[in-house]
Amino acid sequence: MTQFLTQKRLKKTALKILKFLLMVAITFLGLLLITFLIGRVVPIDPVLAVVGDKASHEVYERARIAMGLNLPLWQQFLIYLSSVLRGDFGTSVLTAKPVFEDILRVFPATMELAFLATLFGIFVGIPLGVISAVKRGGFLDHVSRVVGLLGYSLPIFWLALLALMIFYAKLDLLPGPGRVDVFYDGIVTPVTGFMLIDSILAGEWEIFWNALYHLIMPATLLGYFSMAYISRMTRSFMIEQLRQEYILTARVKGVAEWKVIWGHAFGNCAIPLITVVALSFGALLEGSVLTETIFAWPGLGLYLTNSLLNADMNAVLGSTIVVGSIFLGINIFSDILYKVFDPRAR
Amino acid sequence: MNKLMADQQTIYNHAKEWLLTDTPASAFQAAAGRAYLGLLEFLKNRLAVLGLLIIIALVFIALFAPYIAPFDPILTNLSQRLQPFSAEHIFGTDEVGRDIFSRVVWGSRLTLYIIGLVAIIAAPVGIIVGTVSGYFGGFVDTVLMRITDIFLAFPKLILALAFVAALGPGIENAIIAIAITSWPPYARIARGETITIRNSDFIRAIKLQGAGAIRIISRHVMPLCLSSLIVRVTLDMAGIIITAAGLGFLGLGAQPPSPEWGAMTSSGRAYILDHWWLITMPGMAIFVVSLAFNLLGDGLREVLDPKSDD
Repeated sequence: MTQFLTQKRLKKTALKILKFLLMVAITFLGLLLITFLIGRVVPIDPVLAVVGDKASHEVYERARIAMGLNLPLWQQFLIYLSSVLRGDFGTSVLTAKPVFEDILRVFPATMELAFLATLFGIFVGIPLGVISAVKRGGFLDHVSRVVGLLGYSLPIFWLALLALMIFYAKLDLLPGPGRVDVFYDGIVTPVTGFMLIDSILAGEWEIFWNALYHLIMPATLLGYFSMAYISRMTRSFMIEQLRQEYILTARVKGVAEWKVIWGHAFGNCAIPLITVVALSFGALLEGSVLTETIFAWPGLGLYLTNSLLNADMNAVLGSTIVVGSIFLGINIFSDILYKVFDPRAR
Repeated sequence: MNKLMADQQTIYNHAKEWLLTDTPASAFQAAAGRAYLGLLEFLKNRLAVLGLLIIIALVFIALFAPYIAPFDPILTNLSQRLQPFSAEHIFGTDEVGRDIFSRVVWGSRLTLYIIGLVAIIAAPVGIIVGTVSGYFGGFVDTVLMRITDIFLAFPKLILALAFVAALGPGIENAIIAIAITSWPPYARIARGETITIRNSDFIRAIKLQGAGAIRIISRHVMPLCLSSLIVRVTLDMAGIIITAAGLGFLGLGAQPPSPEWGAMTSSGRAYILDHWWLITMPGMAIFVVSLAFNLLGDGLREVLDPKSDD
């Protein structure tokens, strides 16, 4: 009997996993379908965009066939699908290199920035959120409220420009745009693409410190927005936990207050917090578009905007797919995390 | 004179009694009483009132822009370029001598135009998709929610950028792009609300009376989704303003010389070292307006959506 039950349960779990995978696959297909439609259907005439409006009829027709545009739409989509899945996003008009190669080259710069920004968000946001939940209505609670409100209301590009103006132009405390000072540029050969790691590998400590110095402003700015989100979520998770009866029990039993807060209550917030951090990391990819433009940071965001301004459609759609896939991956990751670690979500 | 004041007092007391009665005689009276209580609670939230006042001021400024702005927002005057604050130009002038205050004032029209159109396009799409999906359930629900999830799988700004890249830069295309990326959360909210009321007795009663699905959804389900949707749309306004300004800043939204705040910030970038007011003033306008919408949205949430705490 029990064997039958476990078998049944196994079957059910397998079915659930299968359903989940199917949903992921459909969402991913949909993501590619949208980028396909944006690239092929929305512009008035993609052929004209390639050959120019002065091309003869013959050239036009040849280009049309070469681009596969004489085929029915569903066949075009299948061709698109198979090439994207092979990592072929076409060639960038701007750099004349395969888009995939370009993205691989610029991506570490974005990751370096987003990673440091997330660290800032975690190490400032979580304590701020916990303290404002414990001391509700206290000074830090008000601070975190204002921080959150500003985070939702300030345009990041404006804040970045003001920061550059004050800390770089007026006070000269922090370096200006770029990953390192101009005279350090190109000294370190990129191995991993992460400036901090590459400079250590090359033994160039001066460059390491310079790169770190350059990271302070953009990473703090980006991190501010994830800090606002993380602290707000931490606060509401903690408030919910502190209301529970087991907290009362622990206190009655005489457990030290710091242990009640950080051990009992915070321990139960850990999993939802990991998903919050993951989601804020996804949001950083978005914020990086504007930040990188302002700080001349040679990452994915700058690549995307440069391609946009030059109507480099392959590069734009390639970047969109990459960012969308990462975003989707983060969502799936946090979903799985929830289901595995939180029995209530099963 | 005293008698008149006393009379007014009695009328006021009567009105209050009528509004706050426990036994309203009509649906109208009950609704009025609820609205009154909501208003009282809303007015208690000073910050929300401040937000509302700022938005009213914004609408006022946009309506009367030609009378408020002392200068033409487009006409250049090179002899007056890059002037700092003065009595004549209270926000200074920009790189081609246009009065920044006048441009910020005219820019309020563009901001209202953008958020108004995005709300008009995105909110109905979201509510229709959400209520239909929630009401019918099953296959329809699965398909519609998959589509919603696909749109949610993109970061908003990135998808908007891709759309603008395909459609071409411009304020109308920016509005379309933002609207396309804005509706999925509304659909999620409307669906959630619909599922909770779908099986309630009053819906069954209407069904028994022979009402069709379209009638039930449009007359009985949608109105109940409205309050949480209004809260969400208000809170989203700030995000829409910031996204639109971001597109303008990247040169993909409103095109120069139109006085869009994001585009103004962008063109002031080159003068950041010595002429700080060029970027500061339009950015400040974006910040103040989106802050106002956040404050108002928080206040509305407390009144209309008491389920969510803080």
